[in-house]
Amino acid sequence: MRFESQRVAWWFFATCMLLFTLQLVYGFVMAFAHAGHDVLHDVIPFHVARATHTNLLVMWLLCGFMGAAYFIIPDEADRELYWPGLAKLQLAGLVAVGVTSIIGFHVGWWEGRKFLEIPRPLDYLVVVDVLVFIANIGMTVWKGKRMTTTSMVLFFGLLMAALLYLPGMIPTDNQTVDSYWRWWVVHLWVEGVWELIMGAIMAYLLIKLTGVDREVVEKWLYVIVGFTFLSGILGTGHHYYYIGTPRYWLLVGGLFSALEPVAFLGMAIYAITMAKRGGRNHPNRIALSWTVGCAVMSFVGAGFLGFAHTLPQVNMYTHGTLVTAMHGHMAFWGAYAMLVLAISVYAVPLLTGRHLHASPASTFAFWTSNIGMIAMTLAFAVAGVTQVVLERRVGMDFVTVQREIEIHFWGLILAAGLFTCGILAYLWVFIRSGWPVGRVLAAQREGEDGYAA
Amino acid sequence: MLSKSQARGFFVLGTAACAIAFIGLTIDTFRQLPERTRAAEITPEVAQGKALWESSNCMGCHTLFGEGAYYAPELTRVYERRGEYFIRAMLVDPAAMYPGERRMQRYDFTTEEQDALIAFLRWAGTVDLNGFPATPSLMPMATAGGMAAGNRPQLFNTMCVACHTLGGQGGQVGPALDGVGSRRDAAYLRQWLEDPLGVKPDARMPKLPLTDAQIDEMVAFLSQQKD
Repeated sequence: MRFESQRVAWWFFATCMLLFTLQLVYGFVMAFAHAGHDVLHDVIPFHVARATHTNLLVMWLLCGFMGAAYFIIPDEADRELYWPGLAKLQLAGLVAVGVTSIIGFHVGWWEGRKFLEIPRPLDYLVVVDVLVFIANIGMTVWKGKRMTTTSMVLFFGLLMAALLYLPGMIPTDNQTVDSYWRWWVVHLWVEGVWELIMGAIMAYLLIKLTGVDREVVEKWLYVIVGFTFLSGILGTGHHYYYIGTPRYWLLVGGLFSALEPVAFLGMAIYAITMAKRGGRNHPNRIALSWTVGCAVMSFVGAGFLGFAHTLPQVNMYTHGTLVTAMHGHMAFWGAYAMLVLAISVYAVPLLTGRHLHASPASTFAFWTSNIGMIAMTLAFAVAGVTQVVLERRVGMDFVTVQREIEIHFWGLILAAGLFTCGILAYLWVFIRSGWPVGRVLAAQREGEDGYAA
Repeated sequence: MLSKSQARGFFVLGTAACAIAFIGLTIDTFRQLPERTRAAEITPEVAQGKALWESSNCMGCHTLFGEGAYYAPELTRVYERRGEYFIRAMLVDPAAMYPGERRMQRYDFTTEEQDALIAFLRWAGTVDLNGFPATPSLMPMATAGGMAAGNRPQLFNTMCVACHTLGGQGGQVGPALDGVGSRRDAAYLRQWLEDPLGVKPDARMPKLPLTDAQIDEMVAFLSQQKD
């Protein structure tokens, strides 16, 4: 850590940990309901659990991106944050909005639009809060001693994410139009600008962890995000196959979605190559594991499984089934959850001054959570494919099919148990690292980051 | 070898080209949407139904146009598949409709709100979805003849098959109805349909909101189902 104001990142990461843990609880509520034990029906009915589960995810990932930006940008711009106090206020605002939404969901205050359930008045507060964040980051970059590609990509990714939140608020009485704009937010976030954020955070981590020359890392960063947008923007078409939009989206969406794995494959090859090329043996090896793991798992989850699910011929049958949940879980885990956990596992030892990254619990967390998530994906896959065959191909009744696949949700619960063990280990290391009281080391050369070599 | 500025050029040009193409397609899509989605038929009642669909977070369990959660049935063609009577009965008392099965929240909608939701779901079924949801292609192989077999009343094919099978087709919440005409006489069937709980106090079948004419039709049809 080189600047006092980077310390605020710890509070964002701590919030992530809290929200993530809560997200898992709601996931279990839904898994038990699917397995035939909807015991909380009168307290937390399924649609409440679902809205809470997905919105907690969005919220903790955004929180993680913000924490990452507050950590990375001062380092890249070579100066303190422009408004250090405002960063804390902005976190408090985000938490207040988040807590209000979650409570709101439990009393039926929501919008009922998948992934964008946050009630409208709170939407405006989210926008204001994010704009404050963008302004703070933007001023830091602007007034910084240097403008790096990494910081610019990160800044524009965050700015575009904020702007793309707006189409989701366009009012309409037409369900098709509603869905059309909703995907502008959701798709152009996760398969567009969030990948800019991902690319930038990953580039930063690779520069720090592998010691590969910045110019090389950043050149390939452009190529990767170039491919992301080349495929991702028109790839939005895979949400426009069957919602009332014209038939040509089957062609456009199918073609460009098929290119999406290329961007993710590029990202994976890039991360692995940089990790191999790096002459430097960084002490925080587990951070490199999370970084490379993130690139690999996002290729499998978002790239490969996404490709398999978005071919129009396949999607005709898998659209709106548990196959989507299979792809969604591994994609979000690989691309974004692992990324936030990577930057956090890298930054926390510097922020707190306690170097627990090499502890057995830290290694255990990485492997157990990943194996757990792979097993969860398999459980969803079996349930999803069975559902597709019985309901969509054979024409059996929905309720009958759901009873038929209940058993696979016990498999899911076991896998999720394993996953949770991994996450709890991660949380344990995070807690044991203590408060953000790490030393500020002002004089550092490029590539040095405060880890003892 | 590729230089950094060439890489940046690739990124900027590629992104710009795709963004322009995407905006162009969006404009064309919006030109076609009024016709494809029968926007003229989106009455204030349909709009109210959509508002209720959202405020109740129906998407938190169901899918519509294949979008939503995967806990409850896809509703795009529900008006065609189950009919108005079934939907209304479900909205009035969801727990009664699938006894012992996965439960839906009880919302206590007013009659006006029920009408609005039904209007919304009816509209949703008319939107051109490029063939979604697909007809189950293996169904004729899996069942003897499927829904079309024997002149079945429409009411039977929408409402009763939600829970009962006939000829291997339908839900498995209640018993199969094959041969029910041999087991039960017309008087019993009529009594049963009018008030299941009156016949059998621990019956799980709900009292359905059927008119006398509909009961006549069902009794006649079920009496024909001989072994």
